[in-house]
Amino acid sequence: MTSVVNEFTINVATVNGSGSASSNTIVAKSIFRMGVMVSPKNLFPSNIAGLPTWYLVRVSEKQYLARSGTVELLVALNPATAAEDIRGVEPGGVLFIDEDLPQAADVGRDDLAVFTVPFAKLAKDFAPDVRLRKLLANMVYVGVLTEMLGLDLDVVMQVIADQFSNKEKVVKLNRQVVEAGIAYAREHFDKKRCPYRVEARDDTRGKILIDGNQAAALGALMGGCTFAAWYPITPSSSLCETFIDFCKQYRVDKDTGEHRYAVVQAEDELASLGQVLGAGWAGARSMTATSGPGISLMGEFAGFGYYAEIPGVVFDIQRTGPSTGLPTRTQQGDIRQCAGLSHGDTQHILLIPAGPEELYEYGQKAFDLAERYQTPVFVMSDLDQGMNLMISERLPYPEKAFDRGKVIASKEAMEAFLKKQKEFGRYKDVDGDGVPYRTVPGVRHPAAPYFTRGSGHNEKANYTEREDDYIRNVDRLKRKIAGSVAHTPKPRVVGDLDADVGIIHYGSTRFAVTEARHRLAAEGVKMRSMRIRAVPLHEEVVEFVRSCKVIYVAEQNRDGQMADLIKLRVPECAAKIQSVLYYGGLPMAAQPIYDAVKSSVKEHVHA
Amino acid sequence: MPEAKNRIGLDKEAYKGSKSTLCVGCGHDQITREIIEAAYESGIDPYNVVKTSGIGCSSKTPAYFISAGYAINSVHGRMPSVATGANCANKHLVTIGVSGDGDTAAIGMGQFCHVVRRNVDMVYIVENNGVYGLTKGQFSATSEMGSRKKDGEINDFAMMDLCTLALDLGCSFVARSFSGDSKQMTALIRAAISHRGLALIDCISPCVTFNNLPDSTKSFQWLRDHNISLHEVGFVAPYDAQQVEQQPGKTLSVPLPDGSNIRLTALTEQHDPTDIEAARKVLEKDRGDREHVYTGLIYCNPQSRPLDEVLHLGDVPLARMGEKELRPEKKAFEALLDGYC
Repeated sequence: MTSVVNEFTINVATVNGSGSASSNTIVAKSIFRMGVMVSPKNLFPSNIAGLPTWYLVRVSEKQYLARSGTVELLVALNPATAAEDIRGVEPGGVLFIDEDLPQAADVGRDDLAVFTVPFAKLAKDFAPDVRLRKLLANMVYVGVLTEMLGLDLDVVMQVIADQFSNKEKVVKLNRQVVEAGIAYAREHFDKKRCPYRVEARDDTRGKILIDGNQAAALGALMGGCTFAAWYPITPSSSLCETFIDFCKQYRVDKDTGEHRYAVVQAEDELASLGQVLGAGWAGARSMTATSGPGISLMGEFAGFGYYAEIPGVVFDIQRTGPSTGLPTRTQQGDIRQCAGLSHGDTQHILLIPAGPEELYEYGQKAFDLAERYQTPVFVMSDLDQGMNLMISERLPYPEKAFDRGKVIASKEAMEAFLKKQKEFGRYKDVDGDGVPYRTVPGVRHPAAPYFTRGSGHNEKANYTEREDDYIRNVDRLKRKIAGSVAHTPKPRVVGDLDADVGIIHYGSTRFAVTEARHRLAAEGVKMRSMRIRAVPLHEEVVEFVRSCKVIYVAEQNRDGQMADLIKLRVPECAAKIQSVLYYGGLPMAAQPIYDAVKSSVKEHVHA
Repeated sequence: MPEAKNRIGLDKEAYKGSKSTLCVGCGHDQITREIIEAAYESGIDPYNVVKTSGIGCSSKTPAYFISAGYAINSVHGRMPSVATGANCANKHLVTIGVSGDGDTAAIGMGQFCHVVRRNVDMVYIVENNGVYGLTKGQFSATSEMGSRKKDGEINDFAMMDLCTLALDLGCSFVARSFSGDSKQMTALIRAAISHRGLALIDCISPCVTFNNLPDSTKSFQWLRDHNISLHEVGFVAPYDAQQVEQQPGKTLSVPLPDGSNIRLTALTEQHDPTDIEAARKVLEKDRGDREHVYTGLIYCNPQSRPLDEVLHLGDVPLARMGEKELRPEKKAFEALLDGYC
């Protein structure tokens, strides 16, 4: 049997609350430390304990980090899903299964290499306590996989120590169970029947393994966020929780105990954004993190922030629509909602990161943009990248100072301003870019104070209901937001730059698009690929669409939300824009994109 | 004669705002004057004043006082959240929140409860008239059951009492007043500004247009006839030239952390606002006695812990911090990343 090296997916099927998270992380991290590209994805239910969970570990020397859509090795620990899980294994795959579970033959799979493991029994020797035994049973499969895949034992042992923060007793116990798993596999299993191997490489040197919410939280820390208000909601909670952890570590004065941050767990998302805008108005860099349902509640304040011109950052870790049901499944379903969130004419700046490097970068940049354009800025992440570990370049220490925008933050600054300008008007377009100057409460100059309102104000922030004042103001706001393209990240174009076929995508769909594009290119289908990284759309998007014969827009929602925004921007090209959609709630895989393009590209291009 | 100036050298003009656009005779305009008087007497730096409000007649009033301060007329019922954020950004700001009974007791009930429970250091004035004015006369949640509107409609639902609710939620300063009692209101506002924590003043403020029938419990006539002051409220700060007259055995002094004192002189029996049981009794009596409304300082805990203390905020406002205070050093940053290897 030929062995398959560094190119396969392991699925660990278990129930949530069983403590498998540590074991899963240990397997993924060990492969990462062996220098091999790996992409773990946790598919979990909205539940605390007892419902099915799958942990996919894709090992890919080709550096494909999307969900593969296939399973080559299954660790079956969940009786409730065992039959279906077994049916999902690729022909010729490998099954590690608990002895008490339905067996492969029972579900008609005689083509699998089956290894029956007495998980519970092996753990039993190490833990009289039932709860602990359950946890340790997970470490048995770490041992079995270590032996069967050829993981570096020293690496695994070190990862275990790191995972349990070097707590001696815990580390020792877990190592013993892993060793028992290894010993069992060595004694009972014929390794030749398992063709899958991990071989050490040098592909992850200098890289880190981090999840998107952590990367974004680190961005917020380095970006100078001092105030956060949030309401717990999966999959965004860990962003704020990580931010709090970082602040406790780096923003507490060792001598006085004083905090250089404030975090408030709000009563709901309405209050979260209200607090964020209150803090932003008063001059602090502020943020909230939420998901779709929270965004809906924030609608009213988002519009107020837009009209009153108050900075604030909203991280939207997107998931599927209304609960209950699929709140722990990923989607890119809030694009349209966020682009125009609120009542009345409203337009927002969206930053759309793909991967930890950009989550970290935009996590900082969002605060610069919010202050530069004095408006709420949305960072559009999603569950897939928010909650799953991803391999990332080592994140760079920021060299640039904060861009606080046109803020007059002191009496002296106001005096300097008034030397150049006749007067200060809070909503006056002094520079012709639609961006006014703002003051913050506490500035001790008679020109500085102003009255903040929603829609009815003139250039000097006085109350007005005059049509000319209103129109002038909202037209300026439109110019202001349109002008943000000068500072937002431009789209990235890769692939065959002369190709007539274009594919547009954004966010976490990136990884699946890359893989699909490579597969199609190998079959002679050449494509230009554009990744959008911000809304409003840049002129480059218009040019790209105009210059392609056919454009696929790949995204993770039902209605083709980004495609709609593109069609509105380039209506004359609407007919050649075709959506490639996946919205089942799992992380996007390459296959749907490959299939859609493959099946339709010929008729389009040759028509 | 030179115009009188306060302790920071400002005359009363410096605390005024633009002309009111409310109905002539509106109780809210009286409260506006009382805020101006209190801020002037206490010598508040206008540049440090933050006026926050939601939506409604009452929420328009921040335009009518202290134009030299900063204001944010936010979203209906959401003033508390905006005030909370601003207070965290800069705890030195003097936050004066103005709201109404619709803004607080209906659409903003949730935020009201939570701003009280967080004890944000601010003055929270509810200009309570039992009616929606700006939308022309619908009952509000603070209307008394059985209350009659101009068109004869009777309110069928129970009244919400914001003072009782606030006390239950651990509010550190609970007062009820009447817009027409300028002396009491001014002293209460001064005390509320000096108080560290959330100071609620539920001020009954008649709506002359929609809810001023003589038998309405929120009308001028009814209040004049049925308002019972718990005590004469005086406020004295170390810088005040005039002292409040103290009557031995009748005057109770509540010292505040900033060195000022609330002086409460009994009119009949003594009410001690630092005694939460006594405060509860007053509110029970108030609710049980449909014929009267009891005004004054119902409860005060001068030693409460405001949100900025709970959050360990230091002297430098978060709004004034830069890269040096906020970014960990490169070495620490690299060490953090090592943990992700």
